[in-house]
Amino acid sequence: MPESSDFIVDLQQVTFTRGERTIFNNVDIRIPRGKITGIMGPSGCGKTTLLRLIGAQLRPDSGAILVNGQNIPQLGREELFAARQHMGMLFQSGALFTDLNVFENVAFPLRVHTQLPEDMIRDIVLLKLQAVGLRGATQLMPDELSGGMKRRVALARAIALDPELMMYDEPFVGQDPISMGVLVRLIRLLNDALGLTSIVVSHDLAETASIADYLYVVGDGQVLGHGEPDELMNSDNPRIRQFMQGEPDGPVPFHFPATDYVDELLQKERKA
Amino acid sequence: MSILANRVTLLGRSGLNLVAAIGRSGIFLYQALAGRSNFGNPFGLLLKQLYAVGVLSLAIITVSGVFIGMVLALQGYNILKDYGSEQAVGQMVALTLLRELGPVVTALLFAGRAGSALTAEIGLMKATEQLSSLEMIGVDPLKYVVAPRLWAGFISMPLLSLIFCVVGIWGGAMVAVDWLGIYSGSYWSNMQNSVLFSADVLNGMIKSLVFAVVVTWIAVFQGYDCEPTSEGISRATTRTVVYASLAVLGLDFILTALMF
Repeated sequence: MPESSDFIVDLQQVTFTRGERTIFNNVDIRIPRGKITGIMGPSGCGKTTLLRLIGAQLRPDSGAILVNGQNIPQLGREELFAARQHMGMLFQSGALFTDLNVFENVAFPLRVHTQLPEDMIRDIVLLKLQAVGLRGATQLMPDELSGGMKRRVALARAIALDPELMMYDEPFVGQDPISMGVLVRLIRLLNDALGLTSIVVSHDLAETASIADYLYVVGDGQVLGHGEPDELMNSDNPRIRQFMQGEPDGPVPFHFPATDYVDELLQKERKA
Repeated sequence: MSILANRVTLLGRSGLNLVAAIGRSGIFLYQALAGRSNFGNPFGLLLKQLYAVGVLSLAIITVSGVFIGMVLALQGYNILKDYGSEQAVGQMVALTLLRELGPVVTALLFAGRAGSALTAEIGLMKATEQLSSLEMIGVDPLKYVVAPRLWAGFISMPLLSLIFCVVGIWGGAMVAVDWLGIYSGSYWSNMQNSVLFSADVLNGMIKSLVFAVVVTWIAVFQGYDCEPTSEGISRATTRTVVYASLAVLGLDFILTALMF
């Protein structure tokens, strides 16, 4: 039986609803320390919401979210901001500060949280930008970058403070094949070289399965299954198999709940 | 019956939403202003915002101030000369500007120029996840984004109001003295004799400070609380100008009743 300290994040019986819709219903997820964990599932199943719950940008209706043993939703405002200094998050849009150039965006966490001298900040920023292949773009403004470049600058910024926990929200969307390959290797490399724990939220099956040590498949408000990628690939569970094989319809419905298709199409004619 | 019940439900929901929004905005203001920031240099951010909301509003404030002073002098002269009191036009221009038009028109112009810009800027930062990004970097956006803008509004609006009054009085002098031929000694000495520092200048500044708090608070809260979509930002910007203008005019009546 693994110790609780083997898990950096521990979601216990978490329920989260948005309006009338239940996004998570009594979900248990444990993220092993030092590994890359992939959270997979169809679009709209709450993968990004899960990251926002871990980062306490959203609060669950019930349940506990332990990060390094601290129940994140119960922390006070100041404790929460202190806890977040040990987390890094790569947003889907990059979320760069539009009034700062690339260099200043990456330097931002260092300037606000450290007292490092300017030459050391410069070295660290160049180091991080070199890692994502954008050392030559230091003076560009965010609106001069492509979507993929923005994501890489955001990644350099997210790892500027060498966080313990790195969360990636759909990192592979919109990347060209070269950047995709670089990014996949980079996530693996950063995780191993810096001793991070990474959570990769994605619906890109091949890329995520290729780097993840452990996978969770979520859908329909529940954890459909979890295990090592090979285990899940060969799973007998029809819901997991449907997702892993990319079958359009099955136990996990492709369609958002709606009335019968034919009935709705004929409704107008009947009224007429 | 069901229509009536629906109307009552709708009314109740609107009331609850209003009370919830007031509560949220109160907590928002407290969390932005109370306590210390956990990042480097908040004064640098304040200076940047003072420039954005204060210095960049100078043009519209001075031009409006000159024209309003000129109109006041012209209208005042036309009315006062019927009673043979046109020498009191300086006194009328100064008191009208210091007690009422200076603080009120400055606040309305500020809401339209700087307030709407603050709402749109913060709303867009929310829509592009920059606020979420700050949170995940461990920086409180209420302290980093909101607080400097609030303080910049609180500081700059009373100063802009003073500048508005000064250029308005100067504009009034241009019309009354240089154009209509009123003796310059009468214009300035009547003003000097009738304007009291505590009763007129100070009360005007207190009004302006109250308007500054209300207008800036409404502007930044609407940006922070808006729905993060283009339509949501557009609605929030409109709400800022409407709510701020109505609040200024309503509060002006209450403050005038209390002060004068």
